[in-house]
Amino acid sequence: MQAPPMKRLLDVLREECGLTGTKEGCGEGECGACTVLLDGMPVNSCLIPFAQAQGSVVTTIEGLEGRHPLQDAFVVEGGAQCGICTPGMILAAAAIPRGATLDEIRLGLAGNICRCTGYTSIYRAIEKARSRRHR
Amino acid sequence: MRTAVSRLELLQPRSVREALRMLRDEGPLVPLAGCTDVYVGLNFGTLSAKRFIDLWPLDEMRAIRSTGGVLSIGALATYTELIRSPLVARRLPILAAAAREIGGVQIQNRGTLGGNVANGSPAGDSLPVLAVAEAMLVLSSAAETRRVPFNSFFSGYRKSVLRLDEIIAAIEVPRVDGRQWFRKVGTRAAQAISKVVLAGIRSDRPRIALGSVAPTVIRLPKTEGALASGAPIEEARRVLEGEIRPIDDLRSTAEYRRRVSANLLERFWRDTAG
Ligand SMILES: Cc1cc2nc3c(=O)[nH]c(=O)nc-3n(C[C@H](O)[C@H](O)[C@H](O)COP(=O)(O)OP(=O)(O)OC[C@H]3O[C@@H](n4cnc5c(N)ncnc54)[C@H](O)[C@@H]3O)c2cc1C
Ligand code: FES
Ligand code: FES
Repeated sequence: MQAPPMKRLLDVLREECGLTGTKEGCGEGECGACTVLLDGMPVNSCLIPFAQAQGSVVTTIEGLEGRHPLQDAFVVEGGAQCGICTPGMILAAAAIPRGATLDEIRLGLAGNICRCTGYTSIYRAIEKARSRRHR
Repeated sequence: MRTAVSRLELLQPRSVREALRMLRDEGPLVPLAGCTDVYVGLNFGTLSAKRFIDLWPLDEMRAIRSTGGVLSIGALATYTELIRSPLVARRLPILAAAAREIGGVQIQNRGTLGGNVANGSPAGDSLPVLAVAEAMLVLSSAAETRRVPFNSFFSGYRKSVLRLDEIIAAIEVPRVDGRQWFRKVGTRAAQAISKVVLAGIRSDRPRIALGSVAPTVIRLPKTEGALASGAPIEEARRVLEGEIRPIDDLRSTAEYRRRVSANLLERFWRDTAG
């Protein structure tokens, strides 16, 4: 991968890698639309220079290949409407430990803003995806 | 992003020594830690710097350890690391409490304690904690390492004694006796740039610090003195209201901040009684 070291990870993913599943909302760390997993941890890719991601494993929504139980549950429960927040929401949710309470799920998503759903269907989707994985 | 990224230069040292040499020989350079402040500035084009140095990979500056009664926190320790550290939980639980209130997990995974201090916003949530803990900042340059008491680090609004060729290497916290207390009052607990933050330690020598009410974090020596001499809380409230001169900005009025500060003082005193 070649890119200027100070280029935002978000732009490298979208422009150099052609992975446009990662969205830009606010560009200031507030909305979480640009969330990716860096070595398994949710981060805002709008606040990370490319240089700081080199040598790390970056997981974007494409990396879940449409097969993650969360993706299915978001569709079924109406956890996605306009969809701008959804990739970031799902990646942040994927990092919440199993067995988390509703309060812990809320905390895990405190950095992700959704303007459409009012969150209830998102929490429901996450709880559903989790219970299914336990079976 | 409003800043033209191809014009930005980044130096990537492989050790702290190399970083300090670069700061001396190739400065001025703006250090990068977790970038949660720097990139907000770059994204909006409000940060005009063109040359940077990346400290993030320098793991030597990340350790949290206890040596000879001193809790030493590497400047690069993130909020997530502070929240998970058993040492912080035992020695300075109010620092973990402050870290939990900062941003969402994405910010906690990147934002660092050194960055919060160096950024120097009067709304920095960790700052009142370091003020009451009477922390020492370990400042390193190629020439020397010096220790500066946290309470004499800031010299004005976003001004400090940190030199251009220096970095904050670590934050050292001496043993803290007494009951610790921390509260942040903001519009939205997890995300808001704090409105009023109070950290307190209750002992024979009560210590109180407030964030967001002045150009820098402040200790309240007069209020502390009133409490130490056994004054009733009503009187301590009055002393506090006379002692602070809150900044009146768009977020809330000075009067509101003064009242919230006095309420927090009273809650601190009540919660830590007996
Ligand atoms: C959405 C969002 C929410 C936030 N919420 C809060 C909040 O609730 N409370 C709060 O206090 N803050 C908050 N912040 C601000 C920020 O996250 C913190 O100030 C954080 O601690 C900064 O650390 P950093 O490592 O990201 O710093 P960086 O952005 O990397 O650096 C910040 C400044 O410090 C300098 N610097 C960094 N490390 C060093 C060092 N070791 N030596 C010398 N200089 C150094 C840099 O050059 C720069 O000037 C928030 C930010 C965002 C984007
Ligand atoms: S676009 Fe990155 S947090 Fe909003
Ligand atoms: S679905 Fe539109 S912002 Fe969440």
